Amino acid sequence: MPMQRPLVRLLRTNAFRLAALYLALFATSVLALLAFIYFSTADFVERQTEATLDAEITGLREQYQQRGIDGLRKIIIERSVGERRTDAPLYLLADGNYQPIVGNLTLWPVGKPLKPGWISFPVEVRHRNGATELHQALAETIELPDDGDHLLVGRDTSDANIFRTRILETLAWATVLTLMLGVLGGLFLTRNMLRRVDVVNRTSERIIHGDMSQRVPLTGSGDEFDQLATNLNAMLDQIERLMAGMRQVTDNIAHDLRTPLARLRARLEVTLLEKPDAQRYGEALRQTIAEADTLLGTFNALLSIAEAEAGSRREALAVVRLDEIARSVSELYEPVADEKGLTLAAIIDDGLLVRGDRHLLSQAIANLLDNALKYTPSGSVSLTVRAEGEWARVAVADTGPGVPPEQRETVFDRFVRLEGSRSTPGNGLGLSLVRAVARMQGGSVRLEANRPGTENPGLRVILTLPLTAPVAVPPALAPEPALGM
Amino acid sequence: MKILVIEDDREAAAYLVKGLGESGYVVDHAPDGREGLFLATSGSYDGLIVDRMLPGMDGLSVIGALRAADVHTPVLILSALGAVDDRVKGLRAGGDDYLVKPFAFSELLARLEALLRRGAAPAVQTRLRVDDLEMDLLARTVKRGTQVIELLPREFRLLEYLMRHAGQVVTRTMLLERVWDYHFDPQTNVIDVHISRLRQKIDKGYPHALLHTVRGAGYSVRGRE
Repeated sequence: MPMQRPLVRLLRTNAFRLAALYLALFATSVLALLAFIYFSTADFVERQTEATLDAEITGLREQYQQRGIDGLRKIIIERSVGERRTDAPLYLLADGNYQPIVGNLTLWPVGKPLKPGWISFPVEVRHRNGATELHQALAETIELPDDGDHLLVGRDTSDANIFRTRILETLAWATVLTLMLGVLGGLFLTRNMLRRVDVVNRTSERIIHGDMSQRVPLTGSGDEFDQLATNLNAMLDQIERLMAGMRQVTDNIAHDLRTPLARLRARLEVTLLEKPDAQRYGEALRQTIAEADTLLGTFNALLSIAEAEAGSRREALAVVRLDEIARSVSELYEPVADEKGLTLAAIIDDGLLVRGDRHLLSQAIANLLDNALKYTPSGSVSLTVRAEGEWARVAVADTGPGVPPEQRETVFDRFVRLEGSRSTPGNGLGLSLVRAVARMQGGSVRLEANRPGTENPGLRVILTLPLTAPVAVPPALAPEPALGM
Repeated sequence: MKILVIEDDREAAAYLVKGLGESGYVVDHAPDGREGLFLATSGSYDGLIVDRMLPGMDGLSVIGALRAADVHTPVLILSALGAVDDRVKGLRAGGDDYLVKPFAFSELLARLEALLRRGAAPAVQTRLRVDDLEMDLLARTVKRGTQVIELLPREFRLLEYLMRHAGQVVTRTMLLERVWDYHFDPQTNVIDVHISRLRQKIDKGYPHALLHTVRGAGYSVRGRE
């Protein structure tokens, strides 16, 4: 894979440091284990030699007790005749002054005493070809009780020493091999990890350079890297959606705010072109202010939608009484319905708690009632709020012309107004806000015909919001309207 | 009445000074927070209009410093930040009212007037009276002359607010905010409908009306001159 100064990068990664630390720990424990094996093995060999010598000297002492010094002398001569082999036992019987009497050693050896009765000393070994070699030997000595003579029984321990060295060498090699495998394994793991981080990095770079469609590939193993990639991808999806939404809004604003702005400007220009006249000027200014107010209203509605969509106030969501909110809005619109000769029926269940923003919820329900009252020439409008399982269902139904099925999705888009509704006041943002509020609170909104199949099918807008378990109702978000002002 | 305007935008400040001057106020202007704080603590003003975003020291800090210094002049905050959370923050900082830019001058005037009057009103009132219209806040009854008028709870609150501000102009937005606690503009002019209902109840059949529409601004309850 293409990497700049891969070794330097490797050494700087956390993964490598972790691997190195792990390796050090691992090597230490391997060394400790091998040291234990070595010492216990060496110890075992030594003890076995000692046990053999012990058994032999005990046997000889018994012989001595039964057959006297002559019997012992005979046995030793028997055992030590002929060419002495390397692994053959060493015998020496000496008098009180350590002068040799019989045995296969020529001199009482001088060596370092290990513990009482034990000595270690060098012994000369003659090979068949005549060469001599010094070997290390271990011997046990006793003083014979009756004669004051000394008896020595020993063993050439060079074999054991060789065995010990072998073990040491083997263990050293094992250590080296373990370390090598550890280093290689660490390098392999680190590189593997680095490669996957690199994939994420390269994807991010491509996205930074403008290709928003890039996604981090998954390996399908479901490990941490895959989880990270999944989360990153989800985040990217969300960002892309928001960006697309923003682009759409900008386009719509450019389109829908430009028209009234152009009209406003044209009116002012034309007024200036004509002959100065105070009354006409006044009228033009009043119209301009009215138009500016409409524009500002549109602007504020867009901001509310953006706010709800961005979910920037999600942390401000509190548990609120949906029934009270709905009742209050219904009461606000009741006289409006009355004025138009419509009946407004509100059927609202008690004690419905949702997690939401009181102001936005009020505005959403107000928008629904506003629409229903505006587009219903005669008949009735109803607001029903009830619990259905774990959901609160807010439905606003009317007896107006309704919305044709093919347009029931598009009316939620910003600035969309149906043919025939353009003459009534409105900015085409009401339902957009309702949907944004619904989504912000984890709910949804849809349209259906109120009385399908009839000439005036009417419309029913159904807003579904998740209910919250009844916990202590927190104080309202904003202070109560202060009448003392 | 003496007003201090703390606003850094020169054009907006000039507009406010001119408008308020023409409405009969004596107006001082401070272009930044520090000078505003200095003037507000030293001069004797009846009301302050404070922009929220100011160079040097922001509006909310100015208000906080004033309140800490035990200056309780009523403050109207002006801000381009219009979300409910922003309002709450502004009012918690010690502001008495909050107006989002851009605003109609009539709105500003109405709110300022409401603020200035509040300082003069007696602390506890149990009875409100405008001409022959009388409201008993304890018994929650309304009478015009000797005639008892039946009002729904919300109508009662609407009339109460109007009567507390008798003689002043009250805008639709003020009514929505104070009587309903709504901070959005319904597309249909619902307030007008509520007012006309209230008017039916308190003015119909009487020789002189008490509830007046102020064109381009709002409503006002006032008695005969």
